[in-house]
Amino acid sequence: MAIFVYAENINGIYKKAAFEAVSYAKAIADQAGDTVTAITVNPTDSSDLLYKYGATNVIKIKDDGLKNFSAKAYAQAVNEVANGNTLVFPHTTDASSIAPMLAIMKDFSLITNVLEAPESLSPFQVKRRAFSGKGFMHAKADAAGVIVTVSQNAYGVKENAVSGSEEVKELSVANEDTKVVSHEQSSGKLDLKEAEIVVSAGRGMKGPENWGMIEDLAELLGAATACSKPVSDIGWRPHSEHVGQTGKAISPNLYIAVGISGAIQHLAGVNSSKTIVVVNSDAEAPFFKSADYGVVGDAFKIIPELTQKIKALKG
Amino acid sequence: MKILVCISSVPDTTSKINFTADKSAFDKTGIQWVINPLDEFALTKAIKLQESQGATVTVLNVGEAITEPVIRKALAIGANDAVRINTEPKDSYSVAKEIANVAQTGGYDMILCGKESIDYNGGSAPGMVAQLLGQPFVNACVGLEVNGAEATAVREIEGGKETISVKLPAVIAGQKGMVDEKDLIIPNMRGIMSARSKPLQVLEASSSEVKVEGVSYDSVPQRAAVKMVSADNLDELVRLLHEEAKVI
Repeated sequence: MAIFVYAENINGIYKKAAFEAVSYAKAIADQAGDTVTAITVNPTDSSDLLYKYGATNVIKIKDDGLKNFSAKAYAQAVNEVANGNTLVFPHTTDASSIAPMLAIMKDFSLITNVLEAPESLSPFQVKRRAFSGKGFMHAKADAAGVIVTVSQNAYGVKENAVSGSEEVKELSVANEDTKVVSHEQSSGKLDLKEAEIVVSAGRGMKGPENWGMIEDLAELLGAATACSKPVSDIGWRPHSEHVGQTGKAISPNLYIAVGISGAIQHLAGVNSSKTIVVVNSDAEAPFFKSADYGVVGDAFKIIPELTQKIKALKG
Repeated sequence: MKILVCISSVPDTTSKINFTADKSAFDKTGIQWVINPLDEFALTKAIKLQESQGATVTVLNVGEAITEPVIRKALAIGANDAVRINTEPKDSYSVAKEIANVAQTGGYDMILCGKESIDYNGGSAPGMVAQLLGQPFVNACVGLEVNGAEATAVREIEGGKETISVKLPAVIAGQKGMVDEKDLIIPNMRGIMSARSKPLQVLEASSSEVKVEGVSYDSVPQRAAVKMVSADNLDELVRLLHEEAKVI
């Protein structure tokens, strides 16, 4: 029986999280001696992009009723085509809204926020994020089937090209309970949870008017910008940029924290970052204890200079 | 309008998380318990709807007697009454089943909760409740208004926001932004006193079925000691990031 994976797209374009989920599903399939079937809704991108990460089959759901997202309608649609006993989703907002509904429809176990390939398939057991990044849980599924959601930037994208084929399924799922009134997508803005580099700043920036240097550094590095909780509480930056225990948990390759002291709640959301750089004028800032590299000094001098030096490196 | 707000009792956000010596469970020694912060945004929104639209607000917690101080706090914040399902919450599925049972018999127009708890981070119970009840589900809400038999919810999406109208009854999972941090209600003495006499119904669990079991737990590994770089030698930082960490 094939392993199924939900390949999420935004306006028809696959997200990096979809490639991670397919990579993860391929790892399970290899353990199980099986194949991967990807399910996607109204894509415009080519299925070749999914074969590249190991999907042997791609089921393209075509349904005008699913032009707008509805967790209930999408769960119904995926339920109609997913016949396997193992389903993989990315842990994005939309996918992690569908997965719990599907778990009830199928009477499967649901393990969210998984970080690594399964420790065993029978019973299904896997390591997952818990306590907002302050710990890990090894979770075991107790039902006949399992759905997992893969934490973004944790397992990674792994190329594993196979030759694949696609199938189009025309569905007409009822989508009457919810209606989209408006949709605002910030164009060109990097998704914080998908970003491989994040430049983040806190109250040490003294005011929202000083964020230009943070944005300049982020732009140069192809990074997303983030902030600490006090900064979003005051309204200097939007809530969507708040990383930490009650904001977003992120796992970039590089996290640069500027003027953030490193409260335990902030560390919870960022300590899965592979490399952490801390810039703070206070040598006693607790964040230095959890960093890989630290610089004590004036961020207003250090960040523009660092930006220039990285620019020189990049040529 | 009747609103059911589901709350979890979780370790205070400043808590260090430790596990038992055999790593089989979370070590609760010395932990202070609070309303899950994401649930608190939902609860505050419900109290605002109580004030503006005359809604009644029932809080529901699935937990043993140890959670009652947290339930009383929710009553002190302004909920009308409370229900506690007397069982240790084991997994999202078993919790969702208990919530759905209460919701089914109570005839609620809206079920509000946080999008996940900050302890086990399942983020699964709200969607499961919606499916068990056959109701629409809106996740990660950062705004909510109610207009008669419909709600208008703003949900966060990757790189933006989406405003949707949803037919009630529905399950709405909120997060920071559903109300502003500054609007969170700190109970006053009058609220605390009145909470003591508000009804708190205790019901036994309807089933013990679980689908996911926590087999063992690990702490976060310690990082190697920080390498400090002089602010006058940023070339060295760039070199370390490029050559050693290989991240730029």
